[in-house]
Amino acid sequence: MDTIYLDNNATTQVDPLVVQAMLPYFTEQFGNPSSLHQYGNRVGLALKHARQQIQTLLGAEHDTEIVFTSCGTESDSTAILSALKAQPERREIITTVVEHPAILSLCEYLEKDGYTVHYLTVDGKGRLDLEHYQALLSDQTAIVSVMWANNETGTFFPVLEMAEMASQAGVMFHTDAVQAVGKVPIDLKNSKIDMLSLSGHKLHAPKGIGVLYLRRGTRFRPLLRGGHQERGRRAGTENSASIVALGKAAELALHSMKHENTVVKVLRDRLEQGILAQIQHAFVTGDPDNRLPNTCNIAFEYIEGESILLLLNKHGIAASSGSACTSGSLEPSHVMRAMGLPYTAAHGTVRFSLSRYTTEAEIDRVIEVMPGIIAQLRSLSPYWKNNAPVQEAFDPAYA
Amino acid sequence: MWNYSEKVQEHFFNPRNAGELEGANGIGDVGSLSCGDALRLMIHVDPDTEVILDARFQTFGCGSAIASSSALTEIIKGKTLDEALQVSNQEIADFLDGLPPEKMHCSVMGREALQAAVANYRGEVWSDDHEEGALVCKCFAVDAVLIEETIRANNLTTVQDVSFYTKAGGGCSACHEGIEDILNKVLAEKGQAFQSNVARVQADAEQALTQIEMPPLSTPQVTEAAVSGLSTLQRIRKIEAVIEAVRPQLQRDKGDIELIDVVGKAVYVRLTGACTGCQLASVTLSGVQQQLIESLGEFIHLLPVTKSPTA
Repeated sequence: MDTIYLDNNATTQVDPLVVQAMLPYFTEQFGNPSSLHQYGNRVGLALKHARQQIQTLLGAEHDTEIVFTSCGTESDSTAILSALKAQPERREIITTVVEHPAILSLCEYLEKDGYTVHYLTVDGKGRLDLEHYQALLSDQTAIVSVMWANNETGTFFPVLEMAEMASQAGVMFHTDAVQAVGKVPIDLKNSKIDMLSLSGHKLHAPKGIGVLYLRRGTRFRPLLRGGHQERGRRAGTENSASIVALGKAAELALHSMKHENTVVKVLRDRLEQGILAQIQHAFVTGDPDNRLPNTCNIAFEYIEGESILLLLNKHGIAASSGSACTSGSLEPSHVMRAMGLPYTAAHGTVRFSLSRYTTEAEIDRVIEVMPGIIAQLRSLSPYWKNNAPVQEAFDPAYA
Repeated sequence: MWNYSEKVQEHFFNPRNAGELEGANGIGDVGSLSCGDALRLMIHVDPDTEVILDARFQTFGCGSAIASSSALTEIIKGKTLDEALQVSNQEIADFLDGLPPEKMHCSVMGREALQAAVANYRGEVWSDDHEEGALVCKCFAVDAVLIEETIRANNLTTVQDVSFYTKAGGGCSACHEGIEDILNKVLAEKGQAFQSNVARVQADAEQALTQIEMPPLSTPQVTEAAVSGLSTLQRIRKIEAVIEAVRPQLQRDKGDIELIDVVGKAVYVRLTGACTGCQLASVTLSGVQQQLIESLGEFIHLLPVTKSPTA
């Protein structure tokens, strides 16, 4: 059976050209870039080239603003902890309720240490209230951290505008752009963004490589101290093969950005409309008019997401869900709950995330099997009877 | 994705007895919507014999919730109500060749639906104070609510205590931070400070050192009994006491444990009933072993035997 991979917001297939570019750095180009001899020197040059490729993708002014890390999470932690360390008199953080756990878990942890975290809430479409944000900015704010695009719904936040507002208030601004990089044009030199996190494996580079963009002049305190790598801003011998890979992936992303926003977007819309035309009591979550071109998140009411994924998997289709069961937690996705989705819908959300490898035939296959899967599970559901939700409320004990 | 057994997958993809039951005379609705699982169990009971003639279910939930519901209906059909009420959640899980620890609550939900359906048939009102917390210990499937209640009920102060009482934290130890957080919370309410395991173990060790009478160096052989300060009879009595204390817990899960022999540092026991072949048997044994070590004040090995050792 052919498999259909529609979980590209979780991770992506490494582009074969990226693999080709990185392989020599496991074998003949094995040198340590810090070494003075020719082994090290050649790798050092390759890293500089990769840095420039990423600089171009992000529209950064200087290549030295690119700091390589091990992943998006490390970049996020580095950014926030650096801002707190560098400005000890400032004890507040502003972020949103729908951030990735890489930010939220860290913030919860920092709250235990006495920091105050302001969580901006979202409306039913996952949008922020910028007036509230403006009111929270103060000389107590150490950093604002707001994601560029939400990983579950794809909804964009107005980070350029928010960075501008932070800058006027004299506050540092960080954005977790892990989902956005490679899918939307980014021009950091003409923005007020001070720090930005990205992750290689979301844009067809391998896992285990990330970047923290650090605007020149931003006060910084390293997370990892040790050697002089990354100009002392991130100690530890460089993951040279993965850095070369990420550079190549950034170059390819720049070339495919138009494709993402035309072909991929059309396929996404085709999938969404195909599903919604056939299945009742299903709706798109987030802001349909303002989101990543590759992402669609649909809530199927009265059924549970893990069950949907298991049946999709049987058809060779890979997607993801915001249900509690898929994460092993007790609550459905915090993003869905923040938008006010009822439990009967929040548990039934399925995220389809496409990539430049997704084909029309694959999309049509998903549209074909989806109605049967949903009907099968609804036939098992106590909330469903005779092709409609039950009229009398099903009200189990200790609900 | 979860590591579901073949049997869980089979019951999920081809659920038995799904859908509404015409003529049901007992209905149990249970579940937690926030947690994403809700189940309606419908039974048709013969009023004369109290035998469950038919059972069907409707479930809103994940793969294991649907499979557990399917398994439950298969297990209880043909049983009398009293027999059916003896079905434990472990039996439901065993019927499915086990469930991942995060999913054990699905089997609990099945058992509760049965209790609710039987109560409904008998015209009683079933209520449950069931409260479930976030899963803290993934090795032994222990949630935050159970840990917190156990800490309060027994005035526990260390992670080690929590492991002894609940098993939580006795495996990979990755959840120790989570257990410390709960201890911190409970102790803070009482105005006490949390003491880490390290501090307590050191204190224990220092206290123990002052109590141990070191044998003269010239003595060529020191018996174990002399070190632990117990005679052979005292040791065996203590071992018996620990074994007796854990038996009710095992019996509740339809298992049992029996002391077979004590040879030096080896304590031989036999696991019977549901413990035989249970995936968590080794966990049970390590828990009992820890309690024995605590009680005896010496290190022993707890070894399971399948047959009585021939002397």
